[in-house]
Amino acid sequence: MLAAVLSGFVFAFALRFVGRYLRNGNAVWATALPLGLFVYFASLLPQVGRGEAVTEVWEWAPSFGVALAFRADGLALLFALIITGIGTLIYWYTSNYLKDHPSVDRFFAYLSIFMGAMLGMVLSDDLIALFLFWELTSISSFFLIGFKNEEAASRRAALTALTVTGLGGLLLLAAAVLIGQAAGGEYSLQTIREGGLDLTAHPWYGIILFFVFGAAFTKSAQFPFHFWLPGAMKAPSPVSAYLHSATMVKAGVYLLLRLSPLLGGHDYWHIPLTIVGAFTMVYAGVNLLFRTDLKSILAYSTVAALGVLVMLIGVGTAEAMLAALVFVPAHALYKAPLFLITGILDHSAGSRDVTRLAGLRHVMWPVALAGGLAALSNAGFPLSFGFVGKDLIYEATLHSGSWAYWLTGAAVLTGVTLFYGGFIAGVKPFMGVLPESFKAAHLPPGALWIPPLLAAAAGIFFGLFPGLAGHALIAPALEGLMPGANAHLAVWHGFNTVLLLSGITLAAGAALYYFFKPSSGKEAFVERLEGISPKGIAERISKAAMALFGAFTHTLQNGFLRYYILMILSFTIALIGYGLYTGGPVNVDLSRMTELVGYEIALLGIMLISVLFTVFTQSRLAAVAAMGVTGYALCLLFVFYSAPDLAMTQFTIDTLTVILFVLVLYRLPRYLPISSPGSRLRDGAVALAFGGMITALALAVLNEPMTPEVSAFYAENAYTMAKGKNIVNVILVDFRGADTLVEISVLTIAAIGVYSLLKLKPTND
Amino acid sequence: MKTIILQTASNYLLPLLLLFSVFILLRGHYLPGGGFVGGLVASIAFVLHAFANGLDKTRTLLRLHPAYFMPAGLAIALLSGLAPMLSALPFMTALWYPTPAPVVGMIGSPLFFDIGVYLVVTGATLTIIFTISETA
Amino acid sequence: MEVVLALMTGVLYAAGIFLILRRSFVKLIIGLILLGNGANLLIFLLGRITKGKPPIIPGELKTLADAYADPVPQALILTAIVISFGLQSFAIILMKQAYRILQTDDLDEIRVSEKEEI
Repeated sequence: MLAAVLSGFVFAFALRFVGRYLRNGNAVWATALPLGLFVYFASLLPQVGRGEAVTEVWEWAPSFGVALAFRADGLALLFALIITGIGTLIYWYTSNYLKDHPSVDRFFAYLSIFMGAMLGMVLSDDLIALFLFWELTSISSFFLIGFKNEEAASRRAALTALTVTGLGGLLLLAAAVLIGQAAGGEYSLQTIREGGLDLTAHPWYGIILFFVFGAAFTKSAQFPFHFWLPGAMKAPSPVSAYLHSATMVKAGVYLLLRLSPLLGGHDYWHIPLTIVGAFTMVYAGVNLLFRTDLKSILAYSTVAALGVLVMLIGVGTAEAMLAALVFVPAHALYKAPLFLITGILDHSAGSRDVTRLAGLRHVMWPVALAGGLAALSNAGFPLSFGFVGKDLIYEATLHSGSWAYWLTGAAVLTGVTLFYGGFIAGVKPFMGVLPESFKAAHLPPGALWIPPLLAAAAGIFFGLFPGLAGHALIAPALEGLMPGANAHLAVWHGFNTVLLLSGITLAAGAALYYFFKPSSGKEAFVERLEGISPKGIAERISKAAMALFGAFTHTLQNGFLRYYILMILSFTIALIGYGLYTGGPVNVDLSRMTELVGYEIALLGIMLISVLFTVFTQSRLAAVAAMGVTGYALCLLFVFYSAPDLAMTQFTIDTLTVILFVLVLYRLPRYLPISSPGSRLRDGAVALAFGGMITALALAVLNEPMTPEVSAFYAENAYTMAKGKNIVNVILVDFRGADTLVEISVLTIAAIGVYSLLKLKPTND
Repeated sequence: MKTIILQTASNYLLPLLLLFSVFILLRGHYLPGGGFVGGLVASIAFVLHAFANGLDKTRTLLRLHPAYFMPAGLAIALLSGLAPMLSALPFMTALWYPTPAPVVGMIGSPLFFDIGVYLVVTGATLTIIFTISETA
Repeated sequence: MEVVLALMTGVLYAAGIFLILRRSFVKLIIGLILLGNGANLLIFLLGRITKGKPPIIPGELKTLADAYADPVPQALILTAIVISFGLQSFAIILMKQAYRILQTDDLDEIRVSEKEEI
C-alpha cells in the first residue's frame, strides 16, 4: 500500500527527467498510473467486504510516535476508488485537453503528487501522517489552481485557496496533536478507537471540535470559508473536475466521517455541523441561480452538495450516514462529467457563458448525451444514482428528530437549485437552435468526450443496480462507521412521503429551469452584494493585514544597516536586562577574585585610553594605530594570565591587521562629520547600555561556581591519549581536529573571496 | 620603505624567522606554539621581506603563488585525517610512530595535520596581503 | 581584577557597538574588530583567569596536577582570532571595492544605489 501511495510522488519525480516524452503526445500513457491503482484498490474489495481491513505499518519517526500506518477499511477504500477511478478519467481527458501545452509534464507531475497525497490521506491511520498528506493536497492544489501562472487572476485564486486551506491545515495539526495527547500519546486512529476512549467527556472536547471543524469547513468550502472554491475555477477544467468536485473538497467530509465514531454522539458535534451544512447548502443553492459562467454555477452547486454532506454527518443517524456515503460517489460521478463538458465547450465553442451557449447537440451529440445523463443523475431522476442518493437524503432529514421539517424543507430547496444548476450546465448548452457563431464548433477527439460519458453512464448504471454499489462499496464503509446498520439500497421504496418529496423537487426544478433564465443582469445584481459577502470581508481583512504588516516591515527593514543593529541591540538589552533585573542584584564576592596588581592597572589604563582614542579621534590613521595598541594590550593580558598561545596569535594577527588597514586606508576618503549630535547621543546611550549589560552579565556568571569537567577531561587525557603536553594545541589538532579542519577551510574561503573581489573584474564594468 | 638597513636586515631575518616558525610549528605539541602561530610568523617574515625588497622580489623568492599553499595544506590536513580510515579506524583517529624523534618529539598524524594548518594559514594570509598590495 | 576586566569588556563592547552604528564604513570595520576583541576577552574571563599556570603539562609529568588555566576557552579564542582575521580582511576589501565603484564610504549612500537597482 505504501508503494501505491508513493507511486504518484515517484512518477512526478521521474517526470522531472523524462517529461519531454510526455510532451510529444504520449501523455495518454500516464493514464496507466491511476488505472493500475484503481485495479489494485478494486482487488482489495473482497477482503474489505468481509470486514477485514488491510493494514500496513512502516516506522517513520518512532521517537515522535509517528508511523506511516496505512489502513484500508471500507471508508478509505470507497474514497480511494473514487480518487483513482475519477483520476483515470481525468488523466485520459487531460492528455488530450493539454496536449499542445508546453508544460503538460509539469501538470501531470502536480496531478500525480496530488493523487498520491489524497490516497495517503484517506489511507492513513496515523493522525500526524494524515495531517501531512492533507497539507500536501493543499500545496499540490495550489500549483494546480495556479497552473496558468502567467495570469494574475490564476495566481491570486491559487493564493486564496492556499491561504484558506492552509489555515485549515494548521487547525488540523492542532486537532491531531490534541486528540493524540488526550489519548495518551497514541496517534493511531484505530488503536484509539479500539481503546474505547470517550473523547466527548474529555475536558479538551470543545477545543478539539473547534479545530476539527475549522479544518473540515475550510477544506470542504463551508460557509463562511466557501469563497475560495468558486475562485479556484480559474484552474484548468480537469483540475476543477478532479480537485474541486470529486476529491479534494471531499477531504473535509472524509475527515468528519473518519472522526465521527470518535467525536460524535454529543450535541456539540451534531448541532454545529447540521446548522453550518444546512445553511451552506441553501446559501450556495440560491447563489448559483444568479451566475452565468458555467464553472461558477457548478462551483456553487458543488458547495451546496458539500453542505448537504456536512448536514448529513451532523444529523448522524445510520440513515444519514448511509445517505452521505451514497451521495459522495453519486456526486463525483455526475459533477466531474459536468465540469469536463464545460471544458469541452470552452475549448471548442470558446465560451462558458450560459446565456450564449445553445444548440450544440447538432455538432457534438455524444457530449450532449453525457451532459444529459449527468444532469439527470444530478437532478435525481428515477433510475439514476442521484435518485438513490436523494431518496436517502430525504429519508434522513425526515427522521432527524425535532428539526425534521426545517431540514427537509432546506433539503428540498437545495434539491431544486441543484436540479436547475445541473440542467443549465448539462442540458441548456445543447438545446435550441445552433447560433451562427458556433457553426465552426465540431466534435472533439474521443479522449475528451469518452471520459465524461463513461462517468455519467456509471451514474446511471449504479442507479439501475444500486444493490451492486451498496453491497460492495457502501456496506463495508457504513459497517466501519455504524456497526450493524442496514446498508440495503433499492430503486423502489413504494409510495411514501419520500417519493412525494422527490416528485415535488423534480417538478419545481423543471419549472425553475423553464421559467427562470440566467442573465447577466441577475449576475450584476449579486455582484453588488460582494462587499458584504464573506469573500469581500475576507479580502478586506487580508488587505488591511497586508497594509499593517507592510508598514511594520518597512519601519523595521528600512534598508539602514545601523537601524537593524540598533533594533536588535535594543531588543537584546531589554530582554537580558529584564532577566538580570528579575534575577536580583549581582553580588560580587571579592574574596574569590584575584588581586589587583599595579602593572595590570597600568596595562588596562593604556587599553582604556587607546579604546577611547579609537572612538573619538578624527584621524583614521590614529584610529587604526590606537586599535592596534588595544590589540597589543590584550596580548599582554593573555601573557599575564597563562595563555601563551593566545598571546602569540593575538600579537601576529594584530600586526597583520594593522598592516592590512594601512595598505588600504590611504585609498579611502577622510572621515566626514556626517552624523548629527542627536544620533551620536542615541547611539552612545545604546552602546553604553549594551556594554554595561555585558559587564553585569560577566559579573553574574563569574559569581556562579565553575564546573570544569570538560577541561579536566582534556587535562587528564592530553598526554595519555594524545601524547601532547600543550593542551590548547592538542585540543586544536587532535581532540577537535575536525573543527579545525573546517576552520582552515573557512580561512581559505575568505582568502579566495579577497582574491576574487580584487582580481576578478565584472565583465560589464 | 626601501632602506638599505631594512633590506639587509630582512635578508637575514627571513631565513631566521622561517626557521623560527617551523620550530614553533614542530614543538607546538609540547610547548606554546603550533600551526596557527607558526603560519602567522612565517607570513610575517614574508611580508617583512616584501616591504623591504618589493613584492616582486618576494614573489620570485617564493616561486609559487601563495594561494597554492592553501589547497596543499588542506589536502595534507584532510589526508592525515583520512589515513586512519585505511586501517578501519574512525576519521581523525591519531596514529603515532612508536619511537620519538629528536627535537620534534612524537611523530604522528596530528603533526601532519598541524603542518596542514601551517600551510593554510601562511597561504591565506599571504594571499590576502599580496593581493591587496598589488592592487592598492 | 576580574571586576576590572569585566568593566574593560563592557568598554570594548560599547566602543565596538558605537563605531558599528556610525555611517562610515571604516568605522564600522574598526568597530567590528573592537567588538571581536571584547568577545574574546569575555570568553577568556568567563573561563576564569589564572595567573602564571599555562595549560601545559610540565616536564616528565603525565597529567596536569594542580590548578591551571582552562585550555578550552583558549582553544576557542585562538580559532576565533584567526577566523576574525579572515573576516576582517574580507570586510576591508569589500569596503575598498565599494569605495572604488561608488566613490563613497557613507553607508547611507551605498544603500541608495542598492535601492535604485531594485
